[in-house]
Amino acid sequence: MTPLITLAARSAWNRRFVLALVVASIALSSFLLMGIERIRQDVRENFAQAVSGTDLIVGARTGPVQLLLYSVFRIGNATNNIRWTSAQVLAQHRAVAWMVPLSLGDSHRGFPVLGTTPDYFKHFKHGDKQPLRVAQGRAFEGLYEAVLGAEVARRLNYTLGQRIVLAHGDGAIAANDHADKPFVVSGILAPTGTPVDRTLHVSLQAIEALHADWIAGARLPGMALSAEAAAQRDLTPRSVTAVLLGLKNRAAVFSVQREVAAFRDEPLLAILPGVALDELWDVVALGERGLQAMSALVAVVSLGGLMAVILAGLNERRRELAILRAVGAGPRQMLWLLALEGGLVTLAGVAIGVLACWAAVAGLSGWIQGQFGLTLQAAPPGAPEWRLIGALVAGGWLASLVPGWRAYRLSLADGLSPRL
Amino acid sequence: MASSIPALQVTGLRYRWPGAASDVLQIDTLSIAAGERVFLRGPSGCGKSTLLSLMAGVLLADAGSVALLGQAWSELSSARRDRRRADHLGYIFQQFNLLPYLSVLDNVRLPCRFSRHRAERTRAGDAERLLERSGLAEALWSRPASALSVGQQQRVAAVRALIGGPGLVVADEPTSALDEDLRESFMALLLDSCAEAGSALVFVSHDSRLAAHFDRQLDLPALNRAGTLAAAAETAA
Repeated sequence: MTPLITLAARSAWNRRFVLALVVASIALSSFLLMGIERIRQDVRENFAQAVSGTDLIVGARTGPVQLLLYSVFRIGNATNNIRWTSAQVLAQHRAVAWMVPLSLGDSHRGFPVLGTTPDYFKHFKHGDKQPLRVAQGRAFEGLYEAVLGAEVARRLNYTLGQRIVLAHGDGAIAANDHADKPFVVSGILAPTGTPVDRTLHVSLQAIEALHADWIAGARLPGMALSAEAAAQRDLTPRSVTAVLLGLKNRAAVFSVQREVAAFRDEPLLAILPGVALDELWDVVALGERGLQAMSALVAVVSLGGLMAVILAGLNERRRELAILRAVGAGPRQMLWLLALEGGLVTLAGVAIGVLACWAAVAGLSGWIQGQFGLTLQAAPPGAPEWRLIGALVAGGWLASLVPGWRAYRLSLADGLSPRL
Repeated sequence: MASSIPALQVTGLRYRWPGAASDVLQIDTLSIAAGERVFLRGPSGCGKSTLLSLMAGVLLADAGSVALLGQAWSELSSARRDRRRADHLGYIFQQFNLLPYLSVLDNVRLPCRFSRHRAERTRAGDAERLLERSGLAEALWSRPASALSVGQQQRVAAVRALIGGPGLVVADEPTSALDEDLRESFMALLLDSCAEAGSALVFVSHDSRLAAHFDRQLDLPALNRAGTLAAAAETAA
């Protein structure tokens, strides 16, 4: 076997250009596969990290996924609000460390507006318990001040001091806006890769002031209040959409959840964000499986290409194989030779692809985070990646056995005179 | 090795390509003595290459036997046949004999990589001595084989076939790509080297001018009963 290995190496070096193309094509498909797998995992991760450090989310009684969707992802609308008094009772519960109210419903050019308290910036965490960071300016202090999520500022090209007008509801009706009470941008948040990036944050009192002269979703005719006049009113909110709760001791989470469910004044629902996120992910898992199926197809197509390239090169090598036969190499050694070459070429291609993917993720993660709000991690391959790498190498090697087998057959049939 | 054992013995050989309707070769008997130089003539398509593959043990006879140095190929396993071919047979192709990515010297030593027997019979300096006699400039020995002209390549192929002194050298029209001057010097090299190594030589060509160099001349169509039968069948029809 040893004479063959050195010969195989010399022969491969002689065909280095074609082999480099094969290695490059395998590397590209490995890169693609690993990239898709990385994105798939990190999308899931990002999704799961949209909220952290919050023990319970409380809203009006509805489905857990529904509550999660509108309170965290700003998707859909709450069917009911909860009374401010209820929120206050929850805040004073002996097990509760902090309470952050969320008031949703208004928007600005398609981006949701969240009314909350300054505590939001202190307690709301995302990812691995990372707090929000104000990149420019400061949190809102005055009544008509707004803090923008990173994507809002970037997409609308807003800077500090910009004057903006909020719209009632989703802003679909042009006249339905709060043009009489303009806001000033006081701060812009650093990107988080969560729905926070697409949100404008104002105080609960601002939400109240905006609607001081509204009732049941419409402006009261002849009752218009100026911005200044509204500021003089009692701006204690009547209701909020949901509240985030942090507990003093996480162990109490289920007992607090039960107490909320049994709340006497109005029907409430408390959810554990992690559990609801898992339920929600199950809903979108179909798309994830689609992505996986696409990866598998890409792999199959590229291995087919590998096989075609080696097969196409085989005819040129029939003369070489005949010479080796004449000096005493057996057909089985030919098969072994080609299998060895195929295996090494596949291994090299996969290794390059995986390393390139890792380097690309490491190099571009900052840019991707800024552009798409998706946090990619240049982590060493985990179990799913190793399975993928194993499948790629095994598949590539098997694909290279097909030309090997053909060379074996040819070498048997040709004898010493290849019919070219 | 006793000289009474023929280098090659063919007895009652029949061979038919898989899927073919009739035999391509039927040879009752053909014996080539040790060290004998045989010229085998035949037009193209008469089964010359097939006969050579059978001699080299790459193909196996459907009936009868082909024996190299007294050992029938059909009695050996596939791996043993490969080893025996490496040990006792030198083969020269019509063209493209060399691996382009190996140097001239490495090409010459190629059989020694596959056969310990040939390696043991090759003394240090044999390859260089043979190359020197072939008239190939020493500067070319370490060059890749692809840098050589066709005539030079054929001479290297002859040297390779003879390294380690195999019992039989088979040459399949090795001069067909050479012009007259090159042909004469190649023939001289091949015949002298075979004589020196004591190797029998089966030389296939359709060029009758070369026949005079040989101890014996064989006409394959006359030898091959498959051909005469086919011809007879044609005449009858």
